[in-house]
Amino acid sequence: MEHKRLTLFAGHYGSGKTNIAVNYSLYLAKLGLPVTVADLDIVNPYFRTKDSASVLEKAGIELISSPFANSNLDVPAMPPEVYRLVADRARYGVLDIGGDDRGALALGRYVPMILEENDYEMLFVINKSRPLTRDAAGTIEVMEEIEEACGLKFTAIVNNTNLGKHTAAADIIASDAYAREVAEKTGLPIKMTTVKHTLLQDLPEGNYFPLHLQELYYEIKTEDALWQN
Amino acid sequence: MEKVLMKGNEAIAEAAILAGCRHYFGYPITPQTEVAAYMAKRMPKIDGVFLQAESEIAAINMVYGVAATGKRCMTSSSSPGIALKCEGISYLAGADLPALIVNVQRGGPGLGGIQPSQSDYFLATRGPGHGDFHVIVLAPAAVQEMADLTYKGFDLAEKYRMPVMLLADGTMGQMMEPVSLPEPQEIKEAPEWATVGTKCQRKHNIANSLYLSPAELEQLNFQRFERYAEIEKNECLWEEYLMDDAEYCVVSCGITARVAKNAIAEARAKGIKVGLIRPITLWPFPKAPLAAAADKVKSFLTVELSMGQMREDVLLATECKKPVFACNRVGGMIPAPEEVLAAIEKMTK
Repeated sequence: MEHKRLTLFAGHYGSGKTNIAVNYSLYLAKLGLPVTVADLDIVNPYFRTKDSASVLEKAGIELISSPFANSNLDVPAMPPEVYRLVADRARYGVLDIGGDDRGALALGRYVPMILEENDYEMLFVINKSRPLTRDAAGTIEVMEEIEEACGLKFTAIVNNTNLGKHTAAADIIASDAYAREVAEKTGLPIKMTTVKHTLLQDLPEGNYFPLHLQELYYEIKTEDALWQN
Repeated sequence: MEKVLMKGNEAIAEAAILAGCRHYFGYPITPQTEVAAYMAKRMPKIDGVFLQAESEIAAINMVYGVAATGKRCMTSSSSPGIALKCEGISYLAGADLPALIVNVQRGGPGLGGIQPSQSDYFLATRGPGHGDFHVIVLAPAAVQEMADLTYKGFDLAEKYRMPVMLLADGTMGQMMEPVSLPEPQEIKEAPEWATVGTKCQRKHNIANSLYLSPAELEQLNFQRFERYAEIEKNECLWEEYLMDDAEYCVVSCGITARVAKNAIAEARAKGIKVGLIRPITLWPFPKAPLAAAADKVKSFLTVELSMGQMREDVLLATECKKPVFACNRVGGMIPAPEEVLAAIEKMTK
């Protein structure tokens, strides 16, 4: 798979950007590249890139994250090291952008430098199972809002359709037509379809990128968790 | 309906819309802001009202205004914001007006922090505001329940003409799970008590909590408490898990009930006969299953993201017949299953 010096993941919040960013940086590191992953999320209070700090450290990946991530302070502060990453052309950078237009706003200040170097991919992460991006029209609405907020155009699509750990191969197969429709209407290529690695064996031929999900939440059988009186 | 992947906060917002709510008033605060963000996007598309008020106090009084017209309406906030809304909640209760108030709790006291908490248990269950009153308090433990209890909350509020509080911890608001959304409800005609204009055809309806006659005010309080007694009889919700042969009972709600389930599975593997009672309504508190358990089990363990506020209700419900141990984390910390397991093991010694 082709990769650029900077890979940016943006999209609707809850589309799976952070998980993909972590997995993608592990992939680049395996190729022997010097990788830094930067958490630019100023929107999400919980479940941050920092949750994967030990995995990243073990793989020799540098993590740039707000000192306030996972803390009790609710400040949309950007770590100064992000500038260094955008400027340092010897390193490969994976940028995890916050959700929606509000999250993408934080990217704006780095855009002139990114455009000047012109060695980047801006990837639009989409998930058909999210309520506001269930169809191409809703998805493209989010896409245009993000582009307007940060001033950077997307270069490709990542189809990350999933229902968390309840995802079945059928969900991914069914999302193919949706991803193609978004691609056709926006003129963007589909870079990859991201899937939980255990599902690969049940899928037909395709351009898949395996994800090694982290279970962040505690088990519950939702179906039988409802009340009784 | 086809399942969708939702954040707990989004599930609240969409379920409210499906329940026929077309009026949302709020003010942003972490970790519930997605409720407002979702409403801001959806309400204009369905002829609804989304209004970011100038303060929490303004938002709850806007809810009072719409509630008086008999329309389904809501507000949402997190702990410090709910504290500000308490005056308005008391006025809603005093005027017998239905409304849904969502509290996605964070750590306190004071500004506290943005990480999850269950420390508004007393605030919610003892009547969030001044005066003698209750609100029905619903505590979800899954994103599916965020949707289902929001939906049910509107029905309960209307049935008993009173505010209902959905009391979630921050984790519930932020986590994502697949959800089957409920069916959309028809928007109903205004009830007979609504202040929607007499058209010179009837007596005025008045939404009011001020009564000049002490005797009249006393009677209204008595009547309200008769209604509360009925609610305590009819509306308790809870879940029992592995209680049939249990010798020990864990009591927990929300995210900590999920942690407890993991710990209970591990304890069972070690041969400890332990079960769980998970209150879903925190007011009315499900006293009956706890009273029954008190005659059966050797001891109780409460697991909470507070210093043991629900423990007091367990002591009351069980009339202190058996010891009630506690496993508490606060400040935004969540116990790991191993911690709860250690507390269960300690309880058996």
